Amino acid sequence: MANVATNPAVSHEDQLIEELGYNDHFHDHHHGDRYQSNFVTTYIFSQDHKIIAKQFLITGMFWAIIGGLMSLVFRLQLGFPEESLAWLKPVLGKWIVVNADTGIGTLAPDFYYALVTMHGTIIVFFVLTAGLSGTFSNLLIPLQLGARDMASPLLNMLSYWFFFLAGVVMFFSLFLSTGPFSGGWTAYPPLSILPQASSGSASGMTLWLVSLVFFVVSVLLGGINYITTVLNLRTKGMSMWRMPLTVWAFFITAVIGLLSFPVLASGFFLVMFDRNLGTSFFLSEIYIGGKALEHVGGSPVLYQHLFWFLGHPEVYIIILPAMGIVSEVLSVHSRKPIFGYKAMVYSMLAIAFLSFIVWAHHMFMSGVNPFISNFFVIFTLIIAVPSAVKVFNWIATLYRGNVRYTAASLFGIGFVSMFISGGLTGIFLGNSAIDIQLHDTYFVVAHFHIVMGIAAFFGMFAGIYHWFPKMYGRFMNETLGKIHFWGTMIGAYLIFWPMHYIGMAGVPRRYYRFDTFQSFSHFDELNKFITIAAVVTFAFQLLLVINFFYSIWKGRKVTEKNPWQASTLEWTTPINPGHGNWPGNLPTVQRWPYDYGKDGRDFIPQIEPIGPDETPDRH
Amino acid sequence: MTALLVLLSIVLITIFTIQIGKVTELASKIRGEEEMQDIINRRQSVYMIVFMVVFLVAATASGLYYKNYMLGFGPLQPASAHGGSLDTMFKVTLFFTGIVFVITQILLFVFAFKYRARRGTVSSFISHDNKLEVIWTIIPAVVMTFLVVGGLDAWNEVMADLTDEEDYIEIEATGFQFGWNLRYPGPDGQLGAKSFKLISGSNPLGQDWKDKKNLDDFHPGEIVLPKGKKVRVRITAQDVLHNFYLPHFRVKMDAVPGMPTYFVFTPIKTTDEYRQELSNYPEYNVPADPKDPASKMLWEVFDYELACAELCGRGHYSMRRVVRIVEPDEFEAWQAQQQSYFFSNVRGKEDDPWKGVVLEGEVAAPAAPAPTDTTSTQK
Repeated sequence: MANVATNPAVSHEDQLIEELGYNDHFHDHHHGDRYQSNFVTTYIFSQDHKIIAKQFLITGMFWAIIGGLMSLVFRLQLGFPEESLAWLKPVLGKWIVVNADTGIGTLAPDFYYALVTMHGTIIVFFVLTAGLSGTFSNLLIPLQLGARDMASPLLNMLSYWFFFLAGVVMFFSLFLSTGPFSGGWTAYPPLSILPQASSGSASGMTLWLVSLVFFVVSVLLGGINYITTVLNLRTKGMSMWRMPLTVWAFFITAVIGLLSFPVLASGFFLVMFDRNLGTSFFLSEIYIGGKALEHVGGSPVLYQHLFWFLGHPEVYIIILPAMGIVSEVLSVHSRKPIFGYKAMVYSMLAIAFLSFIVWAHHMFMSGVNPFISNFFVIFTLIIAVPSAVKVFNWIATLYRGNVRYTAASLFGIGFVSMFISGGLTGIFLGNSAIDIQLHDTYFVVAHFHIVMGIAAFFGMFAGIYHWFPKMYGRFMNETLGKIHFWGTMIGAYLIFWPMHYIGMAGVPRRYYRFDTFQSFSHFDELNKFITIAAVVTFAFQLLLVINFFYSIWKGRKVTEKNPWQASTLEWTTPINPGHGNWPGNLPTVQRWPYDYGKDGRDFIPQIEPIGPDETPDRH
Repeated sequence: MTALLVLLSIVLITIFTIQIGKVTELASKIRGEEEMQDIINRRQSVYMIVFMVVFLVAATASGLYYKNYMLGFGPLQPASAHGGSLDTMFKVTLFFTGIVFVITQILLFVFAFKYRARRGTVSSFISHDNKLEVIWTIIPAVVMTFLVVGGLDAWNEVMADLTDEEDYIEIEATGFQFGWNLRYPGPDGQLGAKSFKLISGSNPLGQDWKDKKNLDDFHPGEIVLPKGKKVRVRITAQDVLHNFYLPHFRVKMDAVPGMPTYFVFTPIKTTDEYRQELSNYPEYNVPADPKDPASKMLWEVFDYELACAELCGRGHYSMRRVVRIVEPDEFEAWQAQQQSYFFSNVRGKEDDPWKGVVLEGEVAAPAAPAPTDTTSTQK
């Protein structure tokens, strides 16, 4: 937090809202309503977007810890296969197989695959979709648009509780005797459909499907709300081209989600039919468990098309909110407009559109007609262009700025570095010829972990540190935040960079052990290194968790409304905004959100009218 | 006991963390916010530059250290005719992305360092620059086009199926949980028809013995192929998805139950030749068994391998077959030695549909087997 000198603009801003704000008679009919009247309606079944945002965040953090711990367990098995995991037996029970003679415990292969599957499912869906866009879309859309709340607070509340329900079902599946689902987060049939192919495909798969159908409902309810709010509840003067990039990102993400998640759900329903009703959408000519199955005429490849039709947009659903957050954080902390605001918006729109026509780059080696792969290569490499433009814009935002280092801005800068690294390896994989060798190897694992497992997380962390004061009226500890950053930045690169080399050497992913093949046995030392790096980096995340929860009650109090000196509307509410966000009028908007350093002034809030001598707006 | 220690450590770390937090808050109160932020800005910006240097050096150094595992470098040379074009695409892509990587990472961290907030300075109000933006949109677009054209050129050539006029060997690999059943066409050069409904203990692939093309097919325990001859691998799966993956040959294709797939390639290096090339690298001039110094060298025991590259259940990591590439005459000799599965296991038995018929290559039909039980053996 920088400039401490009492900012005269604080009361000036209140004045502006009082004089120029929009009176929607909100508080005339507020008294006497039963909204937020008891503990349950205030904190549990809340319909206030700010509480719902916190619910998404904390639930997301819970799942991040679970998903992260799972990765540590299977990394221990991979990196140190000779060491005993018997000490995990009290927690993992029969899934740790202890050799009667040596006493050495190993992870059962079935459960290794279950952990890998659950890790992917939990982090992609529960943490990076719900925990990232659920949190920040809910928190920021009404606040940054000058709205009282979301268009439908009731649907908003339901969207969180469907997410919670999805989590309960998934959590329950971890304790089944046949084990949780273990066919990869991608759940390709026939493996995922046939219980005789894998014990995880018994009840574990059923619960996995139920959980994710509830999850899709949550995403759709949330998405409809975000879109409606952005289109209809912008305050006076807030045209689309005056929205902060965060809101643009959340809006575009919601549209992508609305169009793509139903396809995933439909794929899952067809899987349920194949499993339970004897249909053959995805099955044909199978001999398993000593008998030929009745199913004929279906195709496993059809499932892959349906899955990846969501699967690819899904990764943009994950990264776009992080990108929006980083644009905002870098701009505020560099005291400079985001470079190329319009280009940033057009890039996101281009990425959103293109994301729907590249899905089969996940299927180059699936047996699809190689001819169609041509189109998917072309569009995949085209999508690199708007992504590159965004990277250049972030770098240019720092150029000749006045960069203030906070935990938030550090994670913003770290995001750009990670997105460069991870995005560039996507160019290798998007080229089908190269993908022949690299498909399903550790090269792919390295690529998606760097863009999702690190970059998207960094966006989320930047958002947490930056908007914590808005959420709780207190600051998180900055020093701990910086230590968290450096530990994670260094550690994360140490974990995933080596995986590129392993992948290029041809080592396949989803292998329980590598010593069955001469060709894949060269990397014992590197695997140990990766495992140790993973344990250490995960430990650094504890700093965030401790910092977060401690600061909710004991963090340094926010004393002025706009601690980061930002121009956007969320900082014009009282420090602890109540229901309805603004106590009196709604603010009206007079300018775009990035007037930092204009005409020699540190910043000009969006609510301030254009001055008579001001340089005309030419952004 | 361990649990208690772990719990205690977590509690201690938590307390420790909170104390660090409190101390730093105090320090910043004492120094004053502005001055503290100034110190932080200076310090963090230096860390940025240090990180950049260490990162780029480590990335380059580790790349050089692991060069021998990168596609197209070192000992893992492609053993197929098309592999070279894939490796070249990789190198070209590495060249372009490498340049972008270095430039953007440097600019990012140098700007973060150089433009740290200093008291008394103001940032420049630069919101966009049309000319610059056009340039940095066009250049990536051009590079991408170049990569697309090169890549698709290679792709369409590699993935094209063969016409009947071309001279090639066809073999079949069937993935199952958890291994590969291999089938060669035998002297007639043609694989016979099979159906999953016919699979049984004595007929692991479900071959239809009424189809005469099946009668000379044999099931080897390893893939043996002649150098220099085109091979079309017919790839099928019995139960779930598998993937036929030959890392050294740059061959990879999903095995889908109900939908046969294929991959065409030409081996260009015999196993012996590849071993000779490996012997030039120090990492292969070590005993194959680290615990037995007298064992053969790693390069001497090298074998091409077939692996599965699509998650297929608990044994996914163990589906191994050896692949041996030999000189054409050795291949002929090996092929001549192989026994047809039908004649070794089925002829004259229950499932034999040709009982009483003299088949090509036979002198007389074998006698019908004596009935071993009262159940009718009529098919």
